[in-house]
Amino acid sequence: MPHAVTFQKVSRHFGSVRAVDAVDLEVEAGEFFAMLGPSGSGKTTCLRLIAGFEQPTSGHIEIFGETAEGVPPYRRNVNTVFQDYALFPHLNVADNVAYGQMIRGVGKAERLRDAEAALEMVKLPGYGARKPGELSGGQRQRVALARALVNKPKVLLLDEPLGALDLKLREQMQEELKTLQKALGITFVFVTHDQGEALSMADRIAVFNHGKIMQTGTPEEIYRRPKTRFVADFVGSSNVLSPAFTRRLGGPAEWASLRPEDIRIGAEGGHEARVTGSSFLGNATRLTLDMAGEKLTVLLPAGSAVPAPGASVRFSWEPSALHLMGTET
Amino acid sequence: MTAAAAPGAILPGRGGLGGALSDAFWRNPKLLLFVMLTPPLLWLGIIYLGSLFALLIQSFFSIDEFSGLVVREFTLKTYGELLRPSNLDIIVRTVTMAGLVTIASAIIAFPIAYYAARYAKGRWKAIFYLGVMLPLWSSYLVKVYAWKLILAKEGILSWIFAKLHLTPLIDGWLALPVVGGNSLSVSPTGTFLVFVYVWLPFMILPVQAALERVPTNLLEASADLGASPRQTFSHVLLPLALPGVIAGSIFTFSLTLGDYIIPQIIGTSHLFIGMAVYAHQGTAGNIPLAAAFTVVPVVIMGIYLWLAKRAGAFNAL
Ligand SMILES: Nc1ncnc2c1ncn2[C@@H]1O[C@H](COP(=O)(O)OP(=O)(O)OP(=O)(O)O)[C@@H](O)[C@H]1O
Ligand SMILES: [Mg+2]
Repeated sequence: MPHAVTFQKVSRHFGSVRAVDAVDLEVEAGEFFAMLGPSGSGKTTCLRLIAGFEQPTSGHIEIFGETAEGVPPYRRNVNTVFQDYALFPHLNVADNVAYGQMIRGVGKAERLRDAEAALEMVKLPGYGARKPGELSGGQRQRVALARALVNKPKVLLLDEPLGALDLKLREQMQEELKTLQKALGITFVFVTHDQGEALSMADRIAVFNHGKIMQTGTPEEIYRRPKTRFVADFVGSSNVLSPAFTRRLGGPAEWASLRPEDIRIGAEGGHEARVTGSSFLGNATRLTLDMAGEKLTVLLPAGSAVPAPGASVRFSWEPSALHLMGTET
Repeated sequence: MTAAAAPGAILPGRGGLGGALSDAFWRNPKLLLFVMLTPPLLWLGIIYLGSLFALLIQSFFSIDEFSGLVVREFTLKTYGELLRPSNLDIIVRTVTMAGLVTIASAIIAFPIAYYAARYAKGRWKAIFYLGVMLPLWSSYLVKVYAWKLILAKEGILSWIFAKLHLTPLIDGWLALPVVGGNSLSVSPTGTFLVFVYVWLPFMILPVQAALERVPTNLLEASADLGASPRQTFSHVLLPLALPGVIAGSIFTFSLTLGDYIIPQIIGTSHLFIGMAVYAHQGTAGNIPLAAAFTVVPVVIMGIYLWLAKRAGAFNAL
């Protein structure tokens, strides 16, 4: 079975801006693939290259083994959930969802039935007669999702499809999407800048920065074994330790990553530091420590005693928690 | 921080008449609306609607055939006259011309407006606006007479056609009944060409404005869902641009219906509504019939708008 999407040294430049820069990528058929990265890192441009709205400046793209360069969007069996929804304002919700089938000549009764089923899937049953202008942002996002899903594409591209939802609905939709993806067997390429969402939903993650992929791997790999400082820092806001600092903490002179939740605060052992601040997060408390000019973040589980700012504490960690990243960068 | 420099939570009034007025208008927005709208509404209500109403009344009077005086009694006789074959002819000719001019304008305007709305940027956009508006700045009469020269028998158009060895094409066209004539400048074809030229900007600008408001991502979404460019055009672009096309067609249609100069300078001796109105209120002194003729475009435009609304042309507004 060929890969769902293959990028070989794909670049897309806008004048001097290298939105996508020599990216190599393989998305396996049927997997839930997340593209994670800060704003402006080229995630949307990558999706647009797959959808066919952008043509690569250089490089080669394949979709299920077939060359995609020069193939217009309407001949790609790929559907997109747009970052800004892009619902047709002159059509009601049902006709929006049924648009793809209408284009393919499916009869009116059948396509409206399918549209209603798709709306039910995104928890919007009976909304068919409304105009997009009469929906909230989150509802529009779900209509956009239904409109793409109803076509059962080979690859579904989702550009931050849950961005406008409140936390509860967001978590619910994450579950739904994951279940749906497994049930339909459609390859999902999911763009997000929320690392928690990427970690919890994806089979594999590609971390983007400045138009390049910094690392590709399973959520576990990305989280536990970041290859670069950027990945360590961006995914789970880790403590990135300079080689000198690592040495002072008893490790080799290499860059290292130490997860805030892996640090324990205790009365004895380990190293001494001063508490400079604390903020309550609900399920945890985040402490910032200062050890002779070097900053460290610690995540204390709920219920543990929180030292006051200015207090002197001792901290330690399991040896396996310190992840080394080499001397480069 | 000094006490004098620190403002309180509520700033003092600005003072003076301007300050008092600003506060009053802010507290009572309807007052501002009233002040702003009264003069134009008075003008519209009395001068415009009043004269339209006077016109309507006139059309229900009739003319005494012996004395030539207006008989101020309610009658439908004048409207009956309107239905005489010679007058009906004028109406049919004018409406057909207005319809054809509108369709042709829409077809020519759409690609130009599309280019300007989607692709033209910066300097090219300025050039577009200049190109569309420039003809509007020169006198309408100058343009019409210029066209008379262009379309004349020895004019530049027939010269070009002769150079291209295409003279038989013009001759063949002019030999056709209804649209033909002695030369382009005295044929209905000539009238049509000049009407299209003169009213085209009134179609381009509203269509361009409407197209400009269609977000690019809707066209992408349509393509993404499998629609070919033609399908995207008919299912997304056209419905969303339709209010602009309708607005443009209201201009081209009503301007053609009411014009009496172009068909007089370029065209056959057959009358158009505007020319009939001109003749009846002037030399013939038949004000009631002139008024009845004037009511025709008003009624036609009313029907047109009603049909457009029923067809859903304004749904995207
Ligand atoms: N059409 C364009 N013309 C010029 N520059 C562009 C264009 N599209 C994108 N860019 C630039 O390319 C870079 C990547 O943009 P892209 O939209 O892919 O980012 P993103 O990762 O999706 O960001 P976000 O999370 O904010 O949506 C940005 O610097 C952007 O300014
Ligand atoms: Mg984006």
